[in-house]
Amino acid sequence: MRWSRPVLLTTALLPAALALGGNQAPVLVPEVSQHDIRVEQGFTGADLLLYGAILTPEGQPVAGDYDVVVVVEGPPRAVVVREKRQVAGIWINAASSSFRSAPGFYAVASSRPLTQIVDARTAAIYELGLSWLQLSPIGSIDPARQQRFARGLVEYMQRMGLYHEDPGAVSISHQVLYQARIALPSSVPTGDYTAETFAIRNGRVLASGLTRIRVDKQGFARFIADRAEHAGLAYGLCAVALSIAMGWIAGRLFARV
Amino acid sequence: MDVYLPIANLAVNGLVIVGLGALTGVLSGMFGVGGGFLTTPLLIFYGVPPTVAAASAASQVTGASVSGALAHARRGGIDYHIGAVLVVGGVIGAGLGALLFRLLQALGQIDTAINLLYVIMLGSIGTLMAVESFGAVRARRKGQVPPARRRRHHPLVASLPLRWRFYRSGLYISPLAPLLLGMATGVLTMLMGIGGGFILVPAMLYILGMGVNVVVGTSLFQILFVTMATTMMHALTTRAVDLVLASLLLVGSVLGAQLGAVLAQKAKPDVLRLVLALIVLGVAVRMALGLGWQPDEIYTVVSL
Repeated sequence: MRWSRPVLLTTALLPAALALGGNQAPVLVPEVSQHDIRVEQGFTGADLLLYGAILTPEGQPVAGDYDVVVVVEGPPRAVVVREKRQVAGIWINAASSSFRSAPGFYAVASSRPLTQIVDARTAAIYELGLSWLQLSPIGSIDPARQQRFARGLVEYMQRMGLYHEDPGAVSISHQVLYQARIALPSSVPTGDYTAETFAIRNGRVLASGLTRIRVDKQGFARFIADRAEHAGLAYGLCAVALSIAMGWIAGRLFARV
Repeated sequence: MDVYLPIANLAVNGLVIVGLGALTGVLSGMFGVGGGFLTTPLLIFYGVPPTVAAASAASQVTGASVSGALAHARRGGIDYHIGAVLVVGGVIGAGLGALLFRLLQALGQIDTAINLLYVIMLGSIGTLMAVESFGAVRARRKGQVPPARRRRHHPLVASLPLRWRFYRSGLYISPLAPLLLGMATGVLTMLMGIGGGFILVPAMLYILGMGVNVVVGTSLFQILFVTMATTMMHALTTRAVDLVLASLLLVGSVLGAQLGAVLAQKAKPDVLRLVLALIVLGVAVRMALGLGWQPDEIYTVVSL
């Protein structure tokens, strides 16, 4: 069953791919199992299936081996990274550095370890891999310091489950179809995500394709988050009323027993 | 049972949170403390962001203190006069706490400040309680009757200007003393997500010199209103009150509180105090270790 959708898709898109003829560059048609991720009550994370096909403009499988890298990136945000140091026996935040655009989520899946697929230059251009994220530091110009904080940021986000590298998570079948699974934890930030797929051979990008994913709070979760943000007074009164009512009811119930 | 917390942005096991609420509820029923001092650290330990933990724990303490306050009110155990002064102080303190919270957050020291406050407050109060209750338990074992403590307020309180009569507490003191005490607990409530009962009760006894029969009720009365104010303050400033999280905690704690109240009637008060002291000290030691040991996370990231 898992294969049915990619296969159908490939057949559907073959004529389109054929129509593109003339240009020798292969065509990459990416697709994702869910374009809208609904964060609602009971949400425990999502399992994204990213799949698609890579074909020559004639609609033939691309001759020769290639690798596929899939990058899912969440909405960028400005962050402060703080570094703890031991001061007078206790560990406190002693230094900090700011970054203008750290993705809220970043996952890269590849058919082989990234270092075997691309060299540093290509990796840096396409931001393939956690060590090549472009975080745009603010202020500090000392590169060693920047690097230390950038590494700290990546480590932290990895521990939170929001950044990961998954070499070997992409499988390619019949030189045409690829598929990868990327897990989003329940703590994913909401916003617009991009999923970019690259077909790479000999360190060169043969073809790439982009799909978009939207992660949004829905239903009750959205209602609560929205009220908390935009109607603080009513929300607070509601919280107070709720706690008083529950405390009072429980008191009454048990007082009778 | 997976529950998504819309403000904490996290899925949690709802039963674990209800259980946690129940645990602190039992404590509050047994000892007359809000139990916030245990909720906040445990929530943080579970992965809930510290601000959300503190903000939501405050509303749990409200729920836990309602039935207690009502029970005390019925038997006349609340001095509303001094209670009102304490509440006014507490609300002012919560406001100051909110400012302090923002300042510390901007400086990146909020977590360290909260941890340090926990270590200092819990450590000192826990030690005092442990020493006192251990002595009481031992004295009772030997069959001695502890000498009655002479009730009087601290000399510093007497030096404050302006004096009011607080009839039910049997006091003629400056209202500034309870006002300042209320303010101090208000700041702590805002910062630590605690009710402050374990600070308020000894302070009312030994600093203000209030009568024992109104101390617990009046403290619950103050906690009730100050945690309400704190919840409002969080809802308006940090926007970190998670209603789903608070509801789960409340379900657990209001039920736990009833169980605790039943248990409290069966146990000896000095043994209860000793147990509470040991729990408080345990939390303090855990927090102190957390500050002293090299943390797993040298780097932390927050949104700008």
